[in-house]
Amino acid sequence: MNTLNSTITSEANLPEETRAQKYDDKPAETVIEEGRTVGKPLASDPKFKLRNVEVFYGEARAIKNISLDIGRNEVIAFIGPSGCGKSTFLRCLNRMNDSIDICRVKGSLQLDDQDIYDPKRDVVELRARVGMVFQKPNPFPKSIYDNVAYGPRIHGLANRKSDLDDIVESSLRKAGLWDEVKDRLDASATGMSGGQQQRLCIARAIAVSPEVVLMDEPCSALDPIATAKVEELIAELSASYTIVIVTHSMQQAARVSNRTAYFHLGHLVEVNDTTKVFTSPEHELTESYITGRFG
Amino acid sequence: MQTANLLPLVLVLAVVAYGLAYMRSRAVAEPLGGIRNLKSLPFYYAARAALWSAIPALIVLALWASFEGKVIQNVVMGSLPADLAPQSEGQASLTLSQISNVAAGKLDPALVPEGIAGAAGLLDSLRAQSSQFKAILVLLITVLGAAFAWTRVMPHINARENVERTLRGIFFFCAAVAILTTIGIVFSVIFETVRFFGKVPISEFLFGTSWSPQTALRADQVGSDGAFGVIPLFTGTLMISAIALLVAVPIGLLSAVYLSEYATRPVRAVVKPLLEMLAGVPTVVYGFFAALTVAPFIRDVAELIGLEASSQSALAAGLVMGIMIIPFVSSLSDDVINAVPRALRDGSLALGATQSETMKNVIFPAALPGIMGGILLAASRAIGETMIVVMAAGLAANLTGNPLDSVTTVTVQIVTLLTGDQEFDSAKTLAAFALGMLLFIVTLILNVFALKIVRKYREQYD
Repeated sequence: MNTLNSTITSEANLPEETRAQKYDDKPAETVIEEGRTVGKPLASDPKFKLRNVEVFYGEARAIKNISLDIGRNEVIAFIGPSGCGKSTFLRCLNRMNDSIDICRVKGSLQLDDQDIYDPKRDVVELRARVGMVFQKPNPFPKSIYDNVAYGPRIHGLANRKSDLDDIVESSLRKAGLWDEVKDRLDASATGMSGGQQQRLCIARAIAVSPEVVLMDEPCSALDPIATAKVEELIAELSASYTIVIVTHSMQQAARVSNRTAYFHLGHLVEVNDTTKVFTSPEHELTESYITGRFG
Repeated sequence: MQTANLLPLVLVLAVVAYGLAYMRSRAVAEPLGGIRNLKSLPFYYAARAALWSAIPALIVLALWASFEGKVIQNVVMGSLPADLAPQSEGQASLTLSQISNVAAGKLDPALVPEGIAGAAGLLDSLRAQSSQFKAILVLLITVLGAAFAWTRVMPHINARENVERTLRGIFFFCAAVAILTTIGIVFSVIFETVRFFGKVPISEFLFGTSWSPQTALRADQVGSDGAFGVIPLFTGTLMISAIALLVAVPIGLLSAVYLSEYATRPVRAVVKPLLEMLAGVPTVVYGFFAALTVAPFIRDVAELIGLEASSQSALAAGLVMGIMIIPFVSSLSDDVINAVPRALRDGSLALGATQSETMKNVIFPAALPGIMGGILLAASRAIGETMIVVMAAGLAANLTGNPLDSVTTVTVQIVTLLTGDQEFDSAKTLAAFALGMLLFIVTLILNVFALKIVRKYREQYD
């Protein structure tokens, strides 16, 4: 395997008193051993079994030899500084990177022991099982009803109009949106507030009854109240779905997730129980990040 | 001095004013400690000087040039002795042309009445005077404007606001020119149309089913009463346009979908310009392609399957015209499809929709207004197209629903009515204006309808 080592700059091992002068001093260096993740990256009988994953954008290596298991019905949070590859890695899980021409994925990625990147694999079926919610709410410019009914319609999940109505209602209820919109299901979704739009997107994703929901910074465009609602929703959904959430907010990761994975420049540095990561991180880079020294 | 010489001179002076004001503003700023102590940047002082020197001078020049001729003419005509004063309009223009011919030296003054020769002399001297006055006045205004602006280069004066306001005025003027021209065209057509309806009843024009615009040149001519029913022309136009759109809309739209959603970057880089080249081929070339290749081919095929086809057919013209307008549909649609935000595409794909489902359910409705715009542009091109129809569909105004027949269109008839030697007040030539007016109204209604449809079905993304 590739034994290339990356050199990462860190201020974590600077003595307390010199930290103030960190921009003057030559920073100390921390070495990440590639492919080595501290903590508990592996699990038994996982939902996703990801081994030696590498992602390239053209020549650039965005994800460097990451191995990780994601358990059934767990909420795992990906944190790390901007550009560390957490979103790229997330998008591998339902092959959303396919639409980027220059993107190549190497390694073994399995969902329930089936290869995700098998050329014979039906992407439609994969994405029906692994839903996704994006950073910016992206409701279709259609009615609220049609947004939620979109997935069930294309997958033929409802035989009758009444079945479809039931799916729409239960999805909106699960997303905590039903009471707010039940009287205006025919209104355009683009007229809703940002927080409502994002919950609508979550309702849209769970309307196709996925097993996994991927969330790419779902609250970064929302105000604190809307964020709190979405977080409550994640907690409720975790009973029936596996949830992978990318977030820039460490409080959010701490609030919603069981395990937290810390990414750094394309490396997976540390994976541990969330409480452990935020109270006693094992890796010094993780510590630097969660204590706000960079990122 | 001639207007043509005066114009560049004014512009040169404006440039000089620009340079002087620029230097002046820097010089003013120097003792204050640099240009940041001026209210505006030197560019604005300089631009204001250029505008103040050029714009009033150009306005005066334009006014002078447009009224000069009329005023001089009136003075000259007024100076004629009573016995030579013209009695009618026709006589007046005859006298006037005599005077100007003498003045231009084309006519020997000895051959005309003495009054006329005198008037010619007056005309000459007035023209010379006017030209001199004009040059002096315009240059004076230019210099004065520049000088005024130059004295107003002061640190506390905000030239930027003046310049912005003036520029806004210039932009408005440019926008207004296009609109006023359109209004002007409409009015000129309206007057001729009204005159036409004085000769041919409007009901016959709108509902007549026979078109044969041969009016008798002499009273004793037989067999050419003229028939001015537009219905055959409009059915011809609509049939050919419909055939063209039936070809262009599916092919154009689907190729746009291919280019924007499926084609790889290198393929797109080659195919898109090639497709756009179709719009650049002169219509005459399409015309003989239609007349010499497509029309005979259609006739042969029709004969093969036992149909009768004329050698010039609506189908041939429509098919070739359809090819011609493909790029209007494909290129514009491609642009608007690409403009649909990636987030919508990703949202649909992430729900497990295929590429074509995403296209049909999300991207197409969002891009509909732009696509409709492209189709409308293509349709107006098809309705207005003349050359292909002349060559491939013929001139016979048949009222028929058979695309294998030869038909003619409104625009083709306008061309044939107005080319060649024509009397400009016969019903035949005036009919061209009425046709133009009707075509204008019809396309306007089509546009309004299309906009209504778009507004109803569009799915607006922000």
